[in-house]
Amino acid sequence: MSGAADRLPRLLALVPYLRTHPGALIDDVAAEFGITVRQLRDDLNLLWVCGLPGGAPGDLIDLSFEGETVTVIDPQTLDRPLRLTADEGQALVVAARTLADVPGLAERDALDRVLAKLEGALGAGEGSAGLAVTLEAEAGVLTTVRSALDQHRRLHLRYLVEARDEVTDRDVDPMRLLSRDGRWYLEAWCHRVEAMRLFRLDRIVDLQVLDTPAVPPPEAVSRDLADGLFSPSPDDELVTLQLAPAARWVADYYPVESTEETDDGGLRIALRTPEVEWVIRLVLRLGGQGRVVEPVALIDAVRLRAAEALAAVERADQPT
Amino acid sequence: MSKRKLERLLNLTLCLMATSRYLTVREVAELVDGYEPGNTADSEIAFRRMFERDKEELRELGVPLETGTPRTYDEEIGYRIPRRDYALPDLHLDADEVAALGLAARLWSSASLATASAGALRKLRAAGIDLQAGPAGLEPRVDVTEPAFDPCLAAVREGRAVRFRYRRPGVAAAMEREVEPWGVVSWRGRWYLVGFDRGREGTRVFRLGRVEGTVTAFGPAGAVSRPEGIDLTAVVESAEPRDLPEQQARLRLRPGTGWALRRAYPPQGPAGDGGTRDTDDEIVVSFRDVERLADQLVGLGADVEVLGPDEVRAVVRRRLQAALAAHEPNAGAGPAGTGPAGAGPAGTGLAGTGPTE
Repeated sequence: MSGAADRLPRLLALVPYLRTHPGALIDDVAAEFGITVRQLRDDLNLLWVCGLPGGAPGDLIDLSFEGETVTVIDPQTLDRPLRLTADEGQALVVAARTLADVPGLAERDALDRVLAKLEGALGAGEGSAGLAVTLEAEAGVLTTVRSALDQHRRLHLRYLVEARDEVTDRDVDPMRLLSRDGRWYLEAWCHRVEAMRLFRLDRIVDLQVLDTPAVPPPEAVSRDLADGLFSPSPDDELVTLQLAPAARWVADYYPVESTEETDDGGLRIALRTPEVEWVIRLVLRLGGQGRVVEPVALIDAVRLRAAEALAAVERADQPT
Repeated sequence: MSKRKLERLLNLTLCLMATSRYLTVREVAELVDGYEPGNTADSEIAFRRMFERDKEELRELGVPLETGTPRTYDEEIGYRIPRRDYALPDLHLDADEVAALGLAARLWSSASLATASAGALRKLRAAGIDLQAGPAGLEPRVDVTEPAFDPCLAAVREGRAVRFRYRRPGVAAAMEREVEPWGVVSWRGRWYLVGFDRGREGTRVFRLGRVEGTVTAFGPAGAVSRPEGIDLTAVVESAEPRDLPEQQARLRLRPGTGWALRRAYPPQGPAGDGGTRDTDDEIVVSFRDVERLADQLVGLGADVEVLGPDEVRAVVRRRLQAALAAHEPNAGAGPAGTGPAGAGPAGTGLAGTGPTE
């Protein structure tokens, strides 16, 4: 937000900001506007020579500097910020509407009131019809996880590990409740594996807030999720799959390391996973539309599993 | 933007806000620092052009530039900025509303929406509303990674038709589509464009991730109008095949396996406890699309036995046979893709039935 094109709206917001924050520290203002102190000083120097026609001292925007603080003495006509643009109104209204519709979120009631005020004061609801976001949640689980997080209490989870088809019991110290790609996750220190883990809320089978306070160890640090939720480790198995056109969806459904178009309109993808069991299940499900290229041991595992399952189907087919 | 131009635009804004009557172009030239109308016809033309561009820039920022005639006997048009229309109205937010709005304002991580939302935040802060980051540890986010998102949303806002190449699932070649866009929708973590497909002459839903190359808007702005009262999310949701009758399948699970199925379809037994006990191993599941049910079953291998109907068992067997064939020692020679088609990701509901693409 510091590009040249953004400077005029920034200047228009700066004057009323200084008015509502008299005696603000230069450093704080710069941080608030996402610019350097030098950029801020340039802005202030520019404002200082602008004003009403006539250009007499009383017609100019008047600023006063004291030490490291700045105050606006006379904002001229810029005592209020400019109303929201259609884009700004849309971004704000749709965000508020999205969260107001999340079942179990404590802020829903406040957001409903905010929406009414935004729409009343700005008419900001009108331009928002062309953008809609649904963020589903398991209301009960979300509410319970949130209260454990807010009260710094340990949680007991029964959690479905779908890749291994297991339900596990574990105690965790909640660190963060987040949503990504339309799903909610709990990031927590897991005492069972003694590591940070992400738990999908829709796979929490059962949970209880414990009386024990949550005291994550010093090594419990929230992960930077900028590059996605799944950060493959170099120790993970590298798997190459050949996908037919009908199975191309796999490449945008799961995090892959590389993708290569093939002549038949399909894809050859490589992915890293700590859980090859998951790949076996995926490939079986793809029913020939996906084929393991490497590693060889995994090809054998898929074949074995398919043969076993087929034998079971044949047995069931026999009239008894 | 040069410093001189910034000063000129600020002075123009201040001047037009300070006046209660409309100022003519000539008056603006005399009053506002930075305009030099000069004495020649050329310099007059240059000044008028500059003023036109300045007006346009202010309007793009959302500055309400009003036009009218300065005096009743005067034919020449004039300008002013009504302060009431310029200023952000007071929102009178309570403390919990400010906190909730702070959370909402950080929902977007896409470039265009995040920029718009940051612009809104800056104005609210300038109005004295101090929006904090929201409760510690709570971090709802909606991401956009599809390059088609920005041009599609822009076209929706402008009411212009769009043209793009689109690859339907399971089809190798992308086809060109012409769409009157009604809206952009995020549902279950995926972004969709909903609109009227001119070529197909009907309502269609497009996954933005399947758009290839650039999205080009064409035709006049305002040419597209959204059907009144349409629920865009409902259109995306209804892309799920609904026309198939609901059926039941009986399954037997090996003890200690099939947890996702047990959870979704708790055993009917009297001691059901949310479906995570492994004593009741027979479950009944409802389904409409047999391929979609098979998606959930085939991966379980021998851990699940389909007791009926036969149709389900046949689909499961067919997929297992194809998977087996693809992994036979000499199968590596040919491409994948000899098995049955139509296995899409579960829950995306976009198998190509109904109005969906």
